[in-house]
Amino acid sequence: MSLLSKIQETLLCLKAGRVTLPYPAQPQSAPERFRGRPIFDATKCIGCAGCANNCPAREILIFDVSQEIRVLQYLGRHCTYCGRCAEVCPEKAITMSRDFENATNTISDLGQRLELFMSTCQRCGRCFKSPSALDELKMKGYRFDDIENERWIFRSQSRLEGDPVVDDVLIELD
Amino acid sequence: MLKNLCQKMFGRSLWVYHANSGGCNGCDIEVLNALTPYYDAERFGIKLVGSPRHADVMLCQGPAMRSTALALKRAYDAMPAPKLVFAIGSCACGGGVWFDSYSVIGPIEKIIPVSYYIPGCPPRPEAIIYGVAVALGLVDKKVVPVEFKEPELAIPRYHPDELRGSGELVTYEKAAKI
Repeated sequence: MSLLSKIQETLLCLKAGRVTLPYPAQPQSAPERFRGRPIFDATKCIGCAGCANNCPAREILIFDVSQEIRVLQYLGRHCTYCGRCAEVCPEKAITMSRDFENATNTISDLGQRLELFMSTCQRCGRCFKSPSALDELKMKGYRFDDIENERWIFRSQSRLEGDPVVDDVLIELD
Repeated sequence: MLKNLCQKMFGRSLWVYHANSGGCNGCDIEVLNALTPYYDAERFGIKLVGSPRHADVMLCQGPAMRSTALALKRAYDAMPAPKLVFAIGSCACGGGVWFDSYSVIGPIEKIIPVSYYIPGCPPRPEAIIYGVAVALGLVDKKVVPVEFKEPELAIPRYHPDELRGSGELVTYEKAAKI
């Protein structure tokens, strides 16, 4: 009786197959609704900075070099892949790819940097609806984020030169 | 012969130590999921150990916080010398969503040197296995920094001095770009 049950178990084990994924040898794709690394399409981007204003992690920085050139920099290091930038983008220039194989030994590999040409209205510059008072406080005129220190700067704080921004919190390590 | 065989068979089996310095436990669960038989990281020789003194690799989750930075540094110092540090998750790679709050110092690379970064919030278990495979040299890394520049700016600027008439056609000699 016990021998028969053992044989039955062996046959079941032969039929069962294997559940382990052969992952790094064979490619494995993420499910359909998975949000991976956002891809910025520079040909569609109009540089409205909506993604930078809506990013919860303040991951997307905007820096206006001059009136015509706007630098949009995606750092990629503390992005939570929430997809709000892709949702808010009016031109659908940001797509959340299903790309999860992002492991790297250099953190700057994850960044994306777009230098966009911003053409201005040559007539009067008043083509757009005026922003609310809160929006004016946030971004009026040019916008300067601190790209070197990779910090997002409110317009009401002028911390561009002088003050150290990153190393403001120091702890004592033995 | 036997030594070579042993080095081939037993080399590069990483014993990992699992350090959470203030994360939300999302990445911890993904790391533990990567160690389950479904993903089966043990076929690469990866084994979870309980002490940093036994470990080759420290898997760090969570940002460096004020309260845990010292403990993280001590755990790193306790590891024997050829050591790797994996920063798993957005918090360990860059500080996370709350990177600029009071209690968060920032990414763990401010405290300890980091060898490999696995971003994600949380990263998939496949992504963690992929990062380990990159470290072992089984696969190549895929991400490269993307930089886009307008090749030349779109508005040409014309000077009336440069106009040359040839028959009925008027040509500009040089159209200077802004």
